[in-house]
Amino acid sequence: MSNEVRMLSASGILGYGYPEASLKAGLERRPHMIGVDGGSSDPGPHYLGSGKSFTSPLAIRRDLRLLVNGAIANRIPMMIGTCGGAGGEPHLQRCIEIVRNIAREDRLSFRLAVIHSEQDKRYLKSRLAAGKIQPLGPAPALDEATIDRAERIVGMMGPEPYMRALNEGAQVILAGRSTDPAPWAALAMHLGIGPGPSWYAGKMLECACNAALPKGHDCLFVTVRSDSVECEPTNPERRCTPLSVAVQALHENASPVLHREPGGQLDTTDCEIRAVSERATRVTGMRWTPQAYTIKLEGAEKVGYSAITFAGTRDPGLVETIDRFLDSVRASIAMKVAAFGVRPRDYQLVFRLYGKNGVMGDWEPKRASAAHEIGILAEVIAGSQETANAVLAVTRASLLHTDFAGRMCKEGNMAFPFSPSDIERGAIYRFSLRHVVEPDDPYEMFPIEYETV
Amino acid sequence: MARTMVRLGDLAKACKSKNAGPYELTVDVMFGDAETFDKVRASGVITRALFAKLYHVPEESVLLTEYPPAFAYKATFERRIVSGAVGDTDVYGAQQHAPLLDVEIPL
Repeated sequence: MSNEVRMLSASGILGYGYPEASLKAGLERRPHMIGVDGGSSDPGPHYLGSGKSFTSPLAIRRDLRLLVNGAIANRIPMMIGTCGGAGGEPHLQRCIEIVRNIAREDRLSFRLAVIHSEQDKRYLKSRLAAGKIQPLGPAPALDEATIDRAERIVGMMGPEPYMRALNEGAQVILAGRSTDPAPWAALAMHLGIGPGPSWYAGKMLECACNAALPKGHDCLFVTVRSDSVECEPTNPERRCTPLSVAVQALHENASPVLHREPGGQLDTTDCEIRAVSERATRVTGMRWTPQAYTIKLEGAEKVGYSAITFAGTRDPGLVETIDRFLDSVRASIAMKVAAFGVRPRDYQLVFRLYGKNGVMGDWEPKRASAAHEIGILAEVIAGSQETANAVLAVTRASLLHTDFAGRMCKEGNMAFPFSPSDIERGAIYRFSLRHVVEPDDPYEMFPIEYETV
Repeated sequence: MARTMVRLGDLAKACKSKNAGPYELTVDVMFGDAETFDKVRASGVITRALFAKLYHVPEESVLLTEYPPAFAYKATFERRIVSGAVGDTDVYGAQQHAPLLDVEIPL
């Protein structure tokens, strides 16, 4: 059992990049493990639904190559959580392929563990039937139809599957959807640190130099002891101050002090945060309270197909009466598309008005726009791309030519910046699950495969 | 003693919004030092009711936390539309902070 565990996180997200010199400086401090978080639900439901990544393979390959080589040269584990952005099977497989290619090209050999997180629908239905799936917050109770409709469902794993892979001698661990701190919390607990400091260390490392000043995509080094967590950026141009470390606790959390995780809650209410040097800060007093072991589910289902067009109006009369104008455009569209058999219930038409309330919608407190021009983003969602395109084409023509009281611009109401003006967005998705499942143990939802690369 | 009204946007060091998962929005208001934070706290203006009014959500649904280590307040509540769903205007939730900037604090 070590009394001090040193860990490095390369960047905020795999593929966001980090300076090579920062990784080198971190490796010189002999970390017990290096890793990086690979994903987030922040870019929206498209990625989980479609199986695509929000970072590019080129950027992922660059970040991974340095990490894998660094880990092998220093004989330490390298772990990636939430591979490929959303952690589903296609995301994970793409990451594995990149790592295999790196190993081949750079003549590296290691034991690889792959931890899957995409969920079998039959398993989820059996948990549902057993009363082991509960809604989170104001979500409705889950039903089988919602599970069936989902394009893909992932479970957000805790550190336990990583710890099992470490026990089995894995050196490179590629995991599906994980709670962000999981890889680092796992390594620290694997080396005998208690859950409080281990989880806190993971919380600091998950966004790397988001906890530093200046913030940036760069490497963060954390030293964990039985009762403390110490953070220091490896790039001498950055530093961790008590304030920058405290600020990280606010990032993307519902509460800055209480963090619900699989199997318990991290409570930082009584934390003391102290500078130990110009560039390093130590935190003590974090507590871990064990609770029922639950796994958060994320799912995405297909909504339909979308097509958009963008135009602007500079006509003062139209800017002034835009809402009334759009009402008559809607009516005109409904009439025109009915002629080719599209009913009102077959499509959704969304106008976003930039210069008016395009950013905040109904939450916008400034009711009267002071702008002299308005940008109109028109979107049509329908059951097929063909229908979406057809309704959007009518929308475009109606925006351009619909008459309004006092109209001066009789040749056309809108400036379209592009030809073609209409853009197909393809299939679109929505998040469809807001639930937790209670598994029989922390491993059953996350099968591990091993291979020697 | 007459009080001066100061805009929150002129007092705060940071005022930002972001998703806390796809269903919730979280808003942070940070001040530069303990003195400013304490003055704002003493004004009693930053309450769950304030966020409920600005963001049209039920007051009891707002989770408001004072966070002295960062001289900050954090409020978390339901998004207007789930991130990325039809009609959403802000997938990351990163541009929903502006109404707070105009809130007036008596000092």
